[in-house]
Amino acid sequence: MEIGFTTAAYVVAAVLFIQSLGGLSGQESAKRAVWYGIVGMALAVAATLYGPGAGNWLISLVMIAAGGAIGWVVAQRVQMTEMPQLVAAMHSLVGLAAVFIGFNTHIEMVRVAGLDEAARALLDGFAHKIAEKGAVELSILRVETFLGVFIGAVTFTGSVIAFGKLAGRVDGKAKKLPGGHMLNATAAIVSLVLLLVYLQSGSTLALLGMTVAALFIGYHLIMGIGGADMPVVVSMLNSYSGWAAAAIGFSLSNDLLIVVGALVGSSGAILSYIMCKAMNRSFISVILGGFGGTTGPAMEVTGEQIAIDAEGVAAALNDADSIIIIPGYGMAVAQAQQSVSELTRKLRAAGKTVRFAIHPVAGRLPGHMNVLLAEAKVPYDIVMEMDEINEDFPTTDVAIVIGSNDIVNPAAQEDPNSPIAGMPVLECWKAKQVFVSKRGQGTGYSGIENPLFYKENTRMFYGDAKKSLDALLPMIE
Amino acid sequence: MKIGALSEIFAGENRVSMTPDSALQLVKLGHSCCIQSGAGAKAGFSDALYAKAGVEVLPDAAAVIAAADVLVKVRGPEKAEAEALRDGQTLISFFWPAQNAELLEIVKARGATVVAMDMVPRISRAQKMDALSSMANIAGYRAVIEAGSNFGRFFTGQVTAAGKVPPAKVLIVGAGVAGLAAIGTSVSLGAIVHAFDVRPEVAEQIESMGASFVYLEFDASELPDGAATGGYAAPSSPAFAAKQLAKFRELAPEMDIVITTALIPGRPAPKLWTADMVALMKPGSVVVDLAAERGGNCDLTVMDQKIVSDNGVTIVGYTDFPSRMAAQASTLYATNIRHMLTDLTPKKDGVIVHNMEDDVIRGATVAKDQAITFPPPPPKIAAIAVQKPKEKVKELTHDEKRAAEAAAFKAQTRNQVGMLVIGGGLILLAGLYAPASFMSHFIVFVLSVYVGVQVIWNVSHSLHTPLMAITNAISSIIILGALMQIGSGSWVVTVLAALAVFMAGINIFGGFMVTRRMLAMFQKS
Repeated sequence: MEIGFTTAAYVVAAVLFIQSLGGLSGQESAKRAVWYGIVGMALAVAATLYGPGAGNWLISLVMIAAGGAIGWVVAQRVQMTEMPQLVAAMHSLVGLAAVFIGFNTHIEMVRVAGLDEAARALLDGFAHKIAEKGAVELSILRVETFLGVFIGAVTFTGSVIAFGKLAGRVDGKAKKLPGGHMLNATAAIVSLVLLLVYLQSGSTLALLGMTVAALFIGYHLIMGIGGADMPVVVSMLNSYSGWAAAAIGFSLSNDLLIVVGALVGSSGAILSYIMCKAMNRSFISVILGGFGGTTGPAMEVTGEQIAIDAEGVAAALNDADSIIIIPGYGMAVAQAQQSVSELTRKLRAAGKTVRFAIHPVAGRLPGHMNVLLAEAKVPYDIVMEMDEINEDFPTTDVAIVIGSNDIVNPAAQEDPNSPIAGMPVLECWKAKQVFVSKRGQGTGYSGIENPLFYKENTRMFYGDAKKSLDALLPMIE
Repeated sequence: MKIGALSEIFAGENRVSMTPDSALQLVKLGHSCCIQSGAGAKAGFSDALYAKAGVEVLPDAAAVIAAADVLVKVRGPEKAEAEALRDGQTLISFFWPAQNAELLEIVKARGATVVAMDMVPRISRAQKMDALSSMANIAGYRAVIEAGSNFGRFFTGQVTAAGKVPPAKVLIVGAGVAGLAAIGTSVSLGAIVHAFDVRPEVAEQIESMGASFVYLEFDASELPDGAATGGYAAPSSPAFAAKQLAKFRELAPEMDIVITTALIPGRPAPKLWTADMVALMKPGSVVVDLAAERGGNCDLTVMDQKIVSDNGVTIVGYTDFPSRMAAQASTLYATNIRHMLTDLTPKKDGVIVHNMEDDVIRGATVAKDQAITFPPPPPKIAAIAVQKPKEKVKELTHDEKRAAEAAAFKAQTRNQVGMLVIGGGLILLAGLYAPASFMSHFIVFVLSVYVGVQVIWNVSHSLHTPLMAITNAISSIIILGALMQIGSGSWVVTVLAALAVFMAGINIFGGFMVTRRMLAMFQKS
């Protein structure tokens, strides 16, 4: 009776979770969808506490309350520009939790194996389930536990490093220890060998050894990936945390864990795929770090970068009818979204068409720019995706590039030798005039020269994005 | 520094080199301004307007020359003016140094610095002071207006109660700044406009203005590359010239208005519209020759005059189009001068720094410190990027497209079937060895992955960050595992499980809360 009820609750929770992800197809339905998720989670937790196998209600509730309070406060306080760090940090928690749960399973297995028939019969809860398992089932349990701990450990250190890079506490540049990918490969092989050892003997040492190797892989893998590839990394870690949950679900024979783990895992995998597609690079080349090999010297850029002051930009904006703004990570760094929003409001009040063009990999998180613009109260129906807006550039009077670089680099289309050749980019140079708000003359993160800055219809609006825009605002009529 | 504007003494010149507006801007640069009384009268700027803008109005040229450190003018100096310059004084005006070697010697001897507005290099940065372009723009516009006033019909086609009027057909030869301006003006008046240029790369510009480009059938490799000459046309080969004339002869009977703007730097204007073409044109047609000053593109052009040919074609050979629109021309020219002074006053503190390292300033300066600095060295930056040979994308025929599609479909089918066979095979293999309890979970897993893929593809792009936050929140479903273990076994298990519950708790609340916060921010306009 009780088991039946718990399973029924799990089914309802699974449906609610699927609904909650499906609801994200539109901005309005998403507001409802998040409640499905909350209710689903509450139901799942309540059913588990009520159902068989759970004990220590008091500790459980205290822990949930304590964790919940911290989560609540963090969620209230976090700045929208800090979203990527927060997501990465939360992934690391799931990873670590998976490691702990995997260890517990192992400890229980060892304990149960040491008991005799009579003692086994007395067991209840989780240990009882293990006691019922046959030899083959136990080996499978070992593989599952091992996998759960492995993925969890990779997710944990990977997310911690990603958090550090995104928060600026770890240098954002791609770094590798001497040995490069060989180290990763060695660690992976060591893990595989330890898996075989563990399958045979069930030794605690093998599990611990693998955990260390996995922690190292997570650390070294993410250290080797640069800041601009972070959208892929974060969604990949998201995927890993899902797979870890699914592996744990297998080891605990819990279908809800498997369902949710698979949902989250495939969601992260698809996001990674979308991001890679947007950069025209294979997942492997992103994960292994660095850009793909170039086939020859890059095309030489001729011309000069022409600077312009706020007055000039204001004059052009006042004359323009249609304007497209292209935000990038630089806008997030300068916290300029409020100024951008204010500029948009003023221009729209003057009867001009203002739209935003968002490249799929703009920012450090999939959809990062959309969230920042939404925070600054830019209405979402003027925020367009690349495919929706790219063909409108030739009929646009002014394109303003704020803190983006590679995603507006014409070399991707014009120069077959460019490291980003073939990457889909926003064709802003086709607009009648382009203003680029940029801190200085450097080449930006990726170190790729951007011919856009040298184009005849491009003017460089140097300076901190927020300060530049604030100087511009009073001059817009 | 004091900037002084002189009256133009050339007969029929109506323009002035300083306007009240430009004077206000010059004051912002830290300069003060003076002007000769009556200098702006013919362009519509009275002395009172200047005085109101804070410009000191001086009675005569001598007073201005005496007072000013920098003199500005439109036309180049007459001999008398050049001789009045003093050592260290700067003159900014048109100068045409190549044609005026004698004047150049005079200013050199006087020790004055001369900045020739016609020598400003054609690079992007210098466009704002490119007076040739701004004057050519006016000339192109005015040429159409002159043609219209001598043409007896409408430009635009009309169907009225009193009968049908065909649209005028206009041919523009030479699509430089003046040509493009003429195209724009005649298109907006409603005419059917054809345009020709020896530089095939301007076809795009011509079409963007609404005219159709007159193509010659010619091998592209024989054409001159306009980029090599800073955007100006170069003389064309005899074979090319013959083809071009043949094409014009073919067009001549149809055209109502012909505007020729073809000039090659440093040479007499090429003869493009010969007497026999004029003879082929309909009576009442108009030819406006913007190259009249350099001999004219049309055989029959008489400089500064309007003549009517034997068959009733009017040929306009005026050379003073900008001056005929003195108010507009003065405003633009004064702005060009103001921009030049902005570059000469880098700190905006009223101190002129004549930086000979600067491409633009170096190029425009023809005399300085008792030396002639003309011709300038070539600028460091090419005005227009050299044309790269374009790779032709092969047009696929219908059959080839069909074949490519079929091949793609086949490959897709093969991939899909292959994946299904391999995946299915692996699962079946696992089923042979794994116990039933594992397989029942495995079904759930595979189906969930499928559902996940289907659901996530529909998530709107702009909601990817909320998606990550919410998947992150629900991935803490892992808390269930910890809850199941917390009551079982040793204290180590309990502690680890409790920690896991704690961390998952942070995640659940943090994830859902932050998602809610984000979603609440999305607003429709």
